[in-house]
Amino acid sequence: MSTSSRFSRRDFLQGSLAVLTLAVTAKGLVTAAWAVDDAAQKYGADSMPGGTVDDPLVFVSIAEDGTVSIVAHRAEMGTGVRTSLPMVVADEMEARWERVTVVQAEANEERYGNQNVDGSRSVRHFLMPMRRVGAAARQMLEGAAAARWSVPVSEVKAAQHEVLHVPSGRRLGYGELAADAAKQPVPQADALKLKAREDFRYIGKDQVRLVDLEAIGKGQAIYGMDMRLPGMVYAVVARPPVVGGKLRRFDASKTLAVPGVLTVVELPAMTGAPAFQPLGGVAVVARNTWAARQGRTALQIEWDDGPNANYDSSVYRQTLENAVRKAGKVVRNQGDTGQAWNAAPEGDRLAAEYYVPHLAHASMEPPVATVQIKAGMAEVWTSIQNPVAARDAVAARLKLKPENVKVNVLLLGGGFGRKSKPDFVDEAAVVAQAMPEGTPVKLVWTREDDIQHDYLHTVSVERLEAVIDSQGQVSSWLHRSAAPTIGSLFNEGAMGGQIFETAMSAINMPYRIPNVRVETAEVPAHARIGWFRSVANIPHAFAAQCFIAELAHRAGKDHRQFAHELIGPARQIDPSTMADTWNYSESPERYPYDTGRLRGVIDAACEGAGWGRKLPAGRGLGLAFCYSFLSYTAAVVEVSVDDKGAVRVVSVDMAIDCGPQIKPERIRAQLEGGAIMGLSLALSSQITFTKGRVIQSNFHDYEVLRHNVSPRVIRTHLVNDDHSLPPGGVGEPPVPPVAPALCNAIFAATGKRVRSLPVRTVA
Amino acid sequence: MIRLQINGQTKDLDAPDEIPLLWALRDELGMTGTKFGCGMALCGACTVQVDGTAIRSCVTPISAVAGKAISTIEGMEADPVGQVVQQAWVENNVAQCGYCQAGQIMTAVSLLKNTPMPSEEQIDQAMGGNICRCGTYPRIRSAIQQAAGQLAQRGQQ
Repeated sequence: MSTSSRFSRRDFLQGSLAVLTLAVTAKGLVTAAWAVDDAAQKYGADSMPGGTVDDPLVFVSIAEDGTVSIVAHRAEMGTGVRTSLPMVVADEMEARWERVTVVQAEANEERYGNQNVDGSRSVRHFLMPMRRVGAAARQMLEGAAAARWSVPVSEVKAAQHEVLHVPSGRRLGYGELAADAAKQPVPQADALKLKAREDFRYIGKDQVRLVDLEAIGKGQAIYGMDMRLPGMVYAVVARPPVVGGKLRRFDASKTLAVPGVLTVVELPAMTGAPAFQPLGGVAVVARNTWAARQGRTALQIEWDDGPNANYDSSVYRQTLENAVRKAGKVVRNQGDTGQAWNAAPEGDRLAAEYYVPHLAHASMEPPVATVQIKAGMAEVWTSIQNPVAARDAVAARLKLKPENVKVNVLLLGGGFGRKSKPDFVDEAAVVAQAMPEGTPVKLVWTREDDIQHDYLHTVSVERLEAVIDSQGQVSSWLHRSAAPTIGSLFNEGAMGGQIFETAMSAINMPYRIPNVRVETAEVPAHARIGWFRSVANIPHAFAAQCFIAELAHRAGKDHRQFAHELIGPARQIDPSTMADTWNYSESPERYPYDTGRLRGVIDAACEGAGWGRKLPAGRGLGLAFCYSFLSYTAAVVEVSVDDKGAVRVVSVDMAIDCGPQIKPERIRAQLEGGAIMGLSLALSSQITFTKGRVIQSNFHDYEVLRHNVSPRVIRTHLVNDDHSLPPGGVGEPPVPPVAPALCNAIFAATGKRVRSLPVRTVA
Repeated sequence: MIRLQINGQTKDLDAPDEIPLLWALRDELGMTGTKFGCGMALCGACTVQVDGTAIRSCVTPISAVAGKAISTIEGMEADPVGQVVQQAWVENNVAQCGYCQAGQIMTAVSLLKNTPMPSEEQIDQAMGGNICRCGTYPRIRSAIQQAAGQLAQRGQQ
């Protein structure tokens, strides 16, 4: 754990500790003894490095001309947080949005609170702190105005960038009050007056445009890839083709003869668990990216492939299939599934296995970082989900104090979990260190690098076994999962699903079934396994949601009706009663599993799609639903399958209940994009290995959904905009229900079950 | 030395003939609006127009476009069709991460110049080479249709 503690998500550590230290309390509830140094369990943002900060003096400044600058402390990767969180501040402080400037924070969690943009946490963790920032700023402006006029503060009211003295009608603009307001005491938490919901001007409404929207359309928005500095050089890296491989020897003489190539730099080999280490290899430094690429092609390298040299996807699939056909480690158990299965007549048993391959994130902007080292300081410009991880990696690499590393956060051209790891920034630091002091180095990953050296989504076989009687009553449910774990990224040789994996739609399922058992198989990882948008929910929900459709069919019942019966009446379930002691690191009291909300999204998606309507031959509707990142989602997909087995997606209905809806238009965007990413992995994407090497290399063989095969109709349904509920995630939850809904639709259209992704054609 | 005509301006470039236009634009000329996505003409992020036709700059050597009229995203504000398309992109809130959108817009502008009222199938055909990993395709379609309508209306006035 010593190597991981410096780098890993606190979440991750807590999750892995919880597995080791489950304890039964006097009340009989299974609880986790979390981090040893914490007497009390911390939840949500409090459990994250840096926690939250709600000091208005940190986030808001007002110029004399009235321009309000609001800090966006989270990186923008396409979900809209760079707009939505400052918008929340602006709403609470009664700032006019057209007079707001958004300022991107550099990496500094000590100052701003947690900045790690993954886990669908930005609004979940920072809605209320940002509301408090805005309310405090508003009250300080009111206090300054009241003092200026020598009137009680109860007589003044801030509205739309000015403070009004109600009895006299006198007004002062925010610019006029700025200097005095900054000297006002920051209100204590219990003195804050948050707006009533009906007074919101921006929250829950859609008139605020994304801050970067126009610049993006003009090609003026600056991503990590667009960083330029005087004297900058460009680097690409030849990495070991097998994870854990090492450089045996190399000859750069032809490389150095390529016009524009300046030098080559050897990178240190990876040792132990991969964590966020560079993979090693040789960097080629040149005066432009093209020359660096040409130089890399000319390198002559001999690799020692190391222990993963035999990783082969077809062989490994057999390993996974063998693993789920025998008992694994039990991670949830109630009743006795073995007894129920053995006692059931053959005709009442149903078993099925489901396969989801490795996936690459393939954000449109490949990883890229620029590093300059000068006078004992390092400055970084990059597009990264976790800027502080980048800062700390560079500080460790260069043996600098973290405060002597400045990380500037540029726009991300997509992230999807890949860019929560700072390995590429570390690589740039290694190269910059080898160059003359002060030389800015931009280290660029090509698409081939991105696809062949990703932190891949796991690969999995899931086996489901159920007992269902002639009345359609399910009495037993066994779910066995076999997949290399993300835990192996930090603990060499780690095997078996961790709590933060199994509690993504495997153990935490609320169906009313007396006998339930969930097991995880211990299988080794031969690649770098990472977080991919919605993580383990993808394979778990794919399997479980297809299986429920199979059970509904066996029962002769309508899928929607069957799902409602399986879920049962609306009720709130303590996740720990489902052996889920993780609950996305949120409090089980604040975030219970609410089956009523799950039922609500199922109904919204079904009604949106016209569930139950008669369709012509070769057409079908399929349903799936999921609880992930504290939000409830459902998808209904309509497909058309022709006589050659080609699948066309006609429409998708996506529903979400994420609690309060801060920027509904962006929630809809995430639902649309999640539908398309879900269809990508369902229909076309997979990463496979032979001889330890990724076979795919670019978008011709790692296929993602294109415009011409994308559904023309995606309807989005936002359910239950309820500010009395704590916020759920939005970025990740749309993905998991899409693939199973598609496969269930294919069955409705053709009578054929698809249990292996990607689908490509229906045989 | 190669002379390029980019957005109506002459740029002299001291670079090898075979360097792709993409890297000449980005690394040598500092025009970073045109994006690198794949390097193999597979994703469309690097789309520019040469004599009005959308091409992939990542596989186009500069020697092949010397003397031709090159348009990039930076030139679209001054282009009557480009302006309308850019505005439609904003009004439809198309972008998520936004990285591919310059290429999407360059392809869409070329489509609308050649096919002023494209059918659904023609939009599919033209845009099929531009990948958006965030999944903004439905909004791209809406934006193209809106821009087509506005350009047709303008043409009638």
